[in-house]
Amino acid sequence: MKPADPLVVVKNLKKYFPVTSGLVFQRKTGEVRAVDDISFTVERGETLGLVGESGCGKTTAGRTLLGLYPPTAGHVTIDGMDVYAARRRRDLLAIRRKAQIIFQDPYASLNPRWTVDAIVSEPMRVHSILPDPKARSERVKELLSLVGLSGQLVNRFPHEFSGGQRQRIGIARALASDPLFIVCDEPISALDVSIQAQVVNLLEDLQDRFGLTYLFIAHNLSMVRHICNRVAVMYLGVMVELGERDELYDHPLHPYTQALLSAVPIPNPKQDRARQRMILSGDVPSPLNPPSGCRFHPRCPLAVERCRQEIPAWREVATGHWVACHKVAE
Amino acid sequence: MLVLLFIYAFGGALIFPESYANYTDTSLRLSPPSARHPFGTDTIGRDVLARTIYGGQISLIIGLLAVSIESLVGILVGALAGYYGGFLDSLLMRITEAMLNIPEIFLLIVMAKFFGGRIPEIHLLGRVFSGSVIVIVVIIGLTSWMYLARIVRAEFLSLKENEFVLAARATGTSNFEIIFRHILPNSIAPIIVSATLGVANAILAEAYISFLGLGVQPPTATWGNMLDGANNYLESAPWLWFFPGLLILLTVLSINFLGDGLRDALDPHSRAV
Repeated sequence: MKPADPLVVVKNLKKYFPVTSGLVFQRKTGEVRAVDDISFTVERGETLGLVGESGCGKTTAGRTLLGLYPPTAGHVTIDGMDVYAARRRRDLLAIRRKAQIIFQDPYASLNPRWTVDAIVSEPMRVHSILPDPKARSERVKELLSLVGLSGQLVNRFPHEFSGGQRQRIGIARALASDPLFIVCDEPISALDVSIQAQVVNLLEDLQDRFGLTYLFIAHNLSMVRHICNRVAVMYLGVMVELGERDELYDHPLHPYTQALLSAVPIPNPKQDRARQRMILSGDVPSPLNPPSGCRFHPRCPLAVERCRQEIPAWREVATGHWVACHKVAE
Repeated sequence: MLVLLFIYAFGGALIFPESYANYTDTSLRLSPPSARHPFGTDTIGRDVLARTIYGGQISLIIGLLAVSIESLVGILVGALAGYYGGFLDSLLMRITEAMLNIPEIFLLIVMAKFFGGRIPEIHLLGRVFSGSVIVIVVIIGLTSWMYLARIVRAEFLSLKENEFVLAARATGTSNFEIIFRHILPNSIAPIIVSATLGVANAILAEAYISFLGLGVQPPTATWGNMLDGANNYLESAPWLWFFPGLLILLTVLSINFLGDGLRDALDPHSRAV
């Protein structure tokens, strides 16, 4: 396979959650359009940031593209393998082995009744890597030291660790099957600020060492700027802008991206007071009943009649800079 | 807790020295406790002490085996319903509710009649058992799993939403392993509580059926049928019901303590490192 091939290709991915009512005869009364037709690619070895406010579908997108939720429509291939076409267990396992996920909440993502050893060795057990239990527990110790934990801790239970340590255990588990691609689902949002930097640096180190590819889901824009090569912005289930990091941060085209970026505080109070903030009015509309046309139009300062009626196309306005907005010049 | 366990085992140890004295008939009917018969004798002059010991074996076997069957069925039904949800869940839960709606006593009678008639043969397990013991175990086990199934289902419904289950799925772990290695250990506490209560219920349920004359056949003693046999002598011969009653009480109590201890021992949070 050529190195130019993207590792992950997401095409027109949709995930709707049905809303049902009625006790005996359940009928579908609506659907939450958590992810509505998004397409993007993740190149080998890069970190793609996925940002957006709470509830815009970032997590759902991440989980759906790994096949953890059945998709409503769309295709995803990871390293050339179609995730949703994998029906046989062997194919599914091959994909599972290559693509892993790190969860947001380090308290919920580790089984409280399993020891660290059992948790970290599970992927190896499932994928029959190192069938010998002794070699496996050696590997667990190795993985733990890789993520900065002592190998002595293997027989402890998750509740004996701090949040940062637990997140490291989660990372060790994700690494255990030698994946190519890791979805980092807000891996640092639940951690203390002082720990966040450590975990992010750890993720970067690991990327350098193993050539990992990340889909980094976050809402901390400064952190995303630090770790990502490219950044995608989501709003209410759709992708509004995607571009190279510096290009996107320096020349945001979509008004939502502009608003989002203007909300990032500057660590210098003088500059911070002087900066121009773009404040959006109103709340995020319900994904149960999204606005017509451009999803952002009710809150968009630039909205015109066309935005209300026509869904803006997802187009490439400059090399590698994609945007979905009518107001962006051709 | 260990002390009570010891008492329990001590009772078991007592069982062995007292051999076949079970069936000795004498002219001393209904004699109160004395040096020769510490627990007195019953209506046909059998030694109550020996009978409580042998009855204890049967009752404990019934209690434990019935709970094993109950747990097996209950956990299986609850786990499948809770984990898979949807149609399977509805189907299994409707069956469970249907079973719950039929009065247990009615089920017991019907099943006792149904099975009791055809498997009366005698089993050898060190000594002679009436085949009805096995029948009773099956009947009690099959009529008492519904509450456990509902408890397990509820646990599964809440636990399967946890991220560690999603993590396991992302790893590629099979459903079978997720059910039995991830979720089940996390729902063990209520299962143990329910199972320990189940032992007590099984022993008492055996007493009901015995009372209806459908249980363990008369020559074989159980605590349950001894209690029922004492029914007509509540005032005149209190030792007839006092000792088996006390033993049931102690057993139930110690099993509950055992369950408590087991639950604590299995909880990683309380484990000292």
